[in-house]
Amino acid sequence: MDFLTIIQLLDSTVRLATPLLLACLAGLFSERAGIFDIGLEGKMLMAAFFSAAVAAVTGNVWLGLLAGIGSSLLLAGLHGVASITFRGNQLISGVAINFLAAGMTVLIAQDWFQQGGRTPSLIGGGRFTPFDLPFAESLSGVPGLGPVYAELLSGHSILVYIAFLAVPATWWVLFRTRFGLRLRAVGENPAAVDTAGVSVVGLRYAAVLICGLLCGIAGAYLATALQAGFVKDMTAGRGFIALAALIFAKWRPWHAMGACLLFGLLQAVALRFQNIELGGITIPVQAMDALPYVLTVVILAGFVGKAIPPRAGGEPYVKER
Amino acid sequence: MEKMPKWADVVLIPLISLILAALLSALVILGIGEDPVAAVKLMVDGALGSTYGWGYTLYYATNFMFTGLAVAVAAHAGLFNIGGEGQAMLGGLGVAVICLFIPWPHWSLALIFAALGAGLFGAAWAAIPAYLQAKRGSHIVITTIMFNFIAAAVLNYVLVNLLRPEGSMDPATARFPETVHLPSLHELLAPVGIAFSKSAPANVSLLVAIGACLFVWLLIWRTPLGYEIRSLGKSEPAARYAGISSVRTIMIAMLISGALAGMMAVNNVMGEAERLVLNATEGAGFIGIAVALMGRNHPFGVFLAAILFGFLYQGGAELALWTSIPRELIVVIQALVILFTGALDNMVRMPLERVFLAMRKGQN
Repeated sequence: MDFLTIIQLLDSTVRLATPLLLACLAGLFSERAGIFDIGLEGKMLMAAFFSAAVAAVTGNVWLGLLAGIGSSLLLAGLHGVASITFRGNQLISGVAINFLAAGMTVLIAQDWFQQGGRTPSLIGGGRFTPFDLPFAESLSGVPGLGPVYAELLSGHSILVYIAFLAVPATWWVLFRTRFGLRLRAVGENPAAVDTAGVSVVGLRYAAVLICGLLCGIAGAYLATALQAGFVKDMTAGRGFIALAALIFAKWRPWHAMGACLLFGLLQAVALRFQNIELGGITIPVQAMDALPYVLTVVILAGFVGKAIPPRAGGEPYVKER
Repeated sequence: MEKMPKWADVVLIPLISLILAALLSALVILGIGEDPVAAVKLMVDGALGSTYGWGYTLYYATNFMFTGLAVAVAAHAGLFNIGGEGQAMLGGLGVAVICLFIPWPHWSLALIFAALGAGLFGAAWAAIPAYLQAKRGSHIVITTIMFNFIAAAVLNYVLVNLLRPEGSMDPATARFPETVHLPSLHELLAPVGIAFSKSAPANVSLLVAIGACLFVWLLIWRTPLGYEIRSLGKSEPAARYAGISSVRTIMIAMLISGALAGMMAVNNVMGEAERLVLNATEGAGFIGIAVALMGRNHPFGVFLAAILFGFLYQGGAELALWTSIPRELIVVIQALVILFTGALDNMVRMPLERVFLAMRKGQN
């Protein structure tokens, strides 16, 4: 494998890791506040459709992004109402949201565009275009670091940079602000937060809505930057891979980035090579597909360091017992 | 004192949830510019108006009975088995191995062993998440979700690399031999003089599914094991105090649950397709969640809810055929049913409890 192939592989890793990373950070906020969210997939799918649909109609990708975030926030609000206000089962609510998105996107797409559940292909201003870092062009001639800067780091869509900047931002919010401290506390011991006079309900809603915002960006990235338009079920399990990455990272932002890059690399390798020959043994492409899930189960099993979720995760908070 | 009479809990709440889901679905149909009344008429005609329609409705219902029972048994133990899809996929593999590699003299013998094989493969696929939950405390919802994806990869590998007949491009097994063909309802009912549609896929596995409903009822409410499962589901510390081993009970409940989900393959793989294809389960494992929620985890409720969802599936297919409403409408309805009967249960329950309390005060 030559240098250029490696650069290209890593480049595609960054692209494929971006939606995983955004969804993973989304889940991080929600689960750190004690709200399990297996509806990341559904929120991303809904945002993917609405961003592509609005971008296709208006020709403006920024309006598309807003529409995607709006639709994702709506589903996040529904999850909040079900799991915070009505103290319902958070897992069941997540399942319902996934199905709701899978069905509604196709239904509305068929009604609006009559193209068998897809949106028209996005052209021109309807897509996020590559964003060149300064001096990328002139530095590309420098041997070694030049191609790394020009090919690998530069030339992604703006959302890629937002996703990677969201990692230190998440870390800062969660571990260096009062809001973050309270948010983490509400996921560990809501009664203590309540006793301190801070609203458990308010904090949890805030966390769920931040989750919706990030899922919205993830979905918009899928439909308007990574690909040019929405197709049925285009998230293809990415929400669950993000969930896996979240557990793999043990609910920590920097580790989440590592896990998403690893899973992105696996996807990139599976896309580029079909079966891989390693010292006479052929690794089938299906093994690459299954690897993120297998790794997550191994981590969950606690054989390689134990993954301990936030203590109050999944339990609705009842003020008085 | 109970806040509500039992009938309200068992009948009224699911009914109100169902009506809410139906109303919202009607709004969705209106929203995409179609007539909900005409749509319902078309669905009833298409799914229940002929023995052909019934044949499809009952075929789908058979799948959903197995996966619904699977979710229900796990739920009684306080476990949410979201992995019915993967377990049913592996069950299909079990059926395929048994039907392809053993020359069966008669379908009845093949049916018994295929059901056992499907159950065994499904249970095996549930065993690892169950063990991890029981022994290491790994959350079973996450592990079973992961195992759904791993199952899809395994099935893909086996079909493409191992079981695909030579020269075939299609990732599917060869056709099963003629001797393991399961009699359809047409062949079963013809000797009794009832004319049932020839081309509908409902087959003898319907009886197996009804048998499974009876089995689950006996297991849960008439055996010591069922008592242990329910105790564990109600309160783990109490169960442990009563000397019930939580590890053993979790393992057994999940193995039974996985086996039930796996046995669905007898219907869709052996009874209908007569070969194993890549997407044989078609999401039936997930519909089991809606069916179990709707049926309040009771086998009779699961039976009724499975028929309701069978009707929705067949009716939805008819809608997609005759109108511009896509099949995904069913996915939306399914989502709304899960939402109202599952996640938003308290939204219906809380006001209703208040009404019943007020009524009781009025009487005293």
